[in-house]
Amino acid sequence: MSSDDRYPWDHRHLLSLADYSPQDIRHVLRTARGFESISTRSVKKAPALRGRVVANLFFEDSTRTSMSFQLAAQRLSADVLSFSGKGSSVSKGETLVDTARNIEAMGVDVMVVRHHHSGAAAKLAANVGCRVVNAGDGRHAHPTQGLLDLYTVAKRCGRLDTLDFSGLTVAIVGDIANSRVARSDLIGLKKLGAHVILVGPPTLLPKGFAELGAELSHDLDAVLPRVDVVNMLRVQFERLSGPAFPSTREYHAAYGLTAERLKRAKPEVVVMHPGPMNRGLEIDAAVADGPNSAILEQVSHGLAVRMAVLFLVATCG
Amino acid sequence: MPSPTPRLTIRHGRLIDPQNGRDEITDIVLEDGRVASIGPVDAPTGPVMDAEGCLVVPGLIDPHVHLREPGQEDKETIATGAASAVNGGFTTVCCMPNTNPTLDDEGRVEFVHQQARRAGLCNVFAVGAATKGRRGEELAEMALMAKAGAVAFSDDGCAVADAAVMDQALRYGAMTGLAFMQHCEDPRLGGGDMNAGTLATELGLKGWPAVAEALTFQRDVLLCAAQGYAPRYHAQHITAGGVVDLLRQARAAAAAAGHPGRISGEVSPHHLLLTEDACADYDTNAKMNPPLRTAADVAALVAGVADGTITVLATDHAPHTAEEKALEFSAAPYGIVGLDCALPLYVEALVHSGAIDWPRLIELMTATPAELCGLTSKGHLAVGADADVTVIDPDAAWTINVNDFASKARNCPFNGRAAKSRATATVVAGRVLLCREPQRLEGLEGSAPAADGPALAAVAAQA
Repeated sequence: MSSDDRYPWDHRHLLSLADYSPQDIRHVLRTARGFESISTRSVKKAPALRGRVVANLFFEDSTRTSMSFQLAAQRLSADVLSFSGKGSSVSKGETLVDTARNIEAMGVDVMVVRHHHSGAAAKLAANVGCRVVNAGDGRHAHPTQGLLDLYTVAKRCGRLDTLDFSGLTVAIVGDIANSRVARSDLIGLKKLGAHVILVGPPTLLPKGFAELGAELSHDLDAVLPRVDVVNMLRVQFERLSGPAFPSTREYHAAYGLTAERLKRAKPEVVVMHPGPMNRGLEIDAAVADGPNSAILEQVSHGLAVRMAVLFLVATCG
Repeated sequence: MPSPTPRLTIRHGRLIDPQNGRDEITDIVLEDGRVASIGPVDAPTGPVMDAEGCLVVPGLIDPHVHLREPGQEDKETIATGAASAVNGGFTTVCCMPNTNPTLDDEGRVEFVHQQARRAGLCNVFAVGAATKGRRGEELAEMALMAKAGAVAFSDDGCAVADAAVMDQALRYGAMTGLAFMQHCEDPRLGGGDMNAGTLATELGLKGWPAVAEALTFQRDVLLCAAQGYAPRYHAQHITAGGVVDLLRQARAAAAAAGHPGRISGEVSPHHLLLTEDACADYDTNAKMNPPLRTAADVAALVAGVADGTITVLATDHAPHTAEEKALEFSAAPYGIVGLDCALPLYVEALVHSGAIDWPRLIELMTATPAELCGLTSKGHLAVGADADVTVIDPDAAWTINVNDFASKARNCPFNGRAAKSRATATVVAGRVLLCREPQRLEGLEGSAPAADGPALAAVAAQA
């Protein structure tokens, strides 16, 4: 089923793209490309994970990611368990590890976990015997979103054959500080050779990102003409602590991607957004639904990428 | 405490008493809970401890520990905390008031002292809360607590955030003559999971920037200066190089104003040896408040000890249960235990590094904390002083193992670390509570003293 069965894949988990080499990332994306066609068949199912069990543990609200993982597992013929609920942060209650061990005891092969604490997926991986896929942990990492964004960039920018992003410039705009998507995108894009510009107000753009290999800017208008891809992040009001910006009005004026502002960019610029969108805040409807938008393609690619990840970690070793 | 031993002679050790300028190989006789004499004893009567090859020093004092009682006895009790202290060579500890209920009135201060007597291990003195419930709003009954034996005031765990309340706490507290120990942390700017910086950004953890420590410290120094240095002010667990600089300036300014020594600061073993890198794998035993910072900060802290800016060493012993430390990094509580293994960590960071010598290290663990806490009969070994003595084998090589701790808790990032130097015997009020090498002790009647941490833990369990 993999595009290259000889590739020496040795990752039992996907916790962060930082743990994967550029070749590992390319292998996932090539594997995803092989799976993408399943979605266009009349019978949208492959037997790759028949008899295996995938458990989706979502300790934090999610709609598209949990549905995407669920469908990805089902398309591979795995049995799927889904759990959603608020995570524990009480000292005497059942801990994340307890919950996971109980579910593992039912005979689970792969655990997909989303949690509001950074490091939660790594904690699980250290405490269970099954495979772990991180579906987002706090502000730390969202590696399958990173992979599907890479896939979308590759496809839109004609790099699907080489998976080499040299010469591409990608801007990621908005609440960088609180974004696990920005972190995973940055790591993945750098590994494939792209230049990454992080854009946002200083209160949402910690200087440490420069040391992680990004160019930093507070001026979206100045950055737009230089980029091939602009990825608009959701303002995460639930994660903001303190006054990071004065008003949504001012934020929109400086960082909202309007149709007018998009005229500054190259005509073929690709507009992405990890969703869910605050329409009218970080992105206007005309842009989100316009010809440059790859937003719904991202969602479709997410399915193929997650099938690839589940397949690779489940069948490793 | 039970009645002191009638007499104990500790012979042939290198007796270091920095406060009295003594550093020589000699003998010391303890009797009726006091130092009876110092000098060669040809024919000792009563029990004798052979301290050849060892340092004989005033009992070590830790002015900053958390013993969790009352309210969180699953983490530690006064008895188990005292046992942990004895295992580490400490004869006196001062416990912080962030218990449940808070140590903020004289009854609770007396409770601590009563539990310490019941345990019959080391001396435990209460640090009273500066404000009621440590809420930073109303002053606690400082004078009554001082009368009941509190040795200092602090809202440790957090700073007194409101400048007006802090001004009053310093002003009122100065009347008692006791020190104010501040946990320097601006509550809104601090409070993150780890040091603010690139690693925190990478890990997606909330940062706690060094400037949050500096802001509170500098505000307090300005308040003290405005009050003519009447308060005795002490900054707890300094972590940031910038604060070492501010402390250096503040001490010079106080001295120039004719009030030397009114402002002081302490440092903890983990801040002298570890950096934020210890957080990289989300190891909750690297989660502290204030946090581990950078290698440059560590170097500045060591330099601050070497040049006399930082004058007190304190563990900030902070026991937690395994269940709590098993939580996710952001959800896990701050802190690590320190008493059982602090001595060799200080030695590694400060003596083996060449920053200071043994006598200065002993001074920072005895005379200076005694001054801070107003313990005039402790921290030195003049004739008539309290018979609290620690015997240290400076060459003992061992490996730190949390399972050998006398503390109830095991949350310690130094587990497995190679250590050199160890308290080989701990004597409190003339009673030998710990003696790792029983062959050094002759003529002691009754049951033998504990020989290790687990034995001390067993003693504490019976208290």
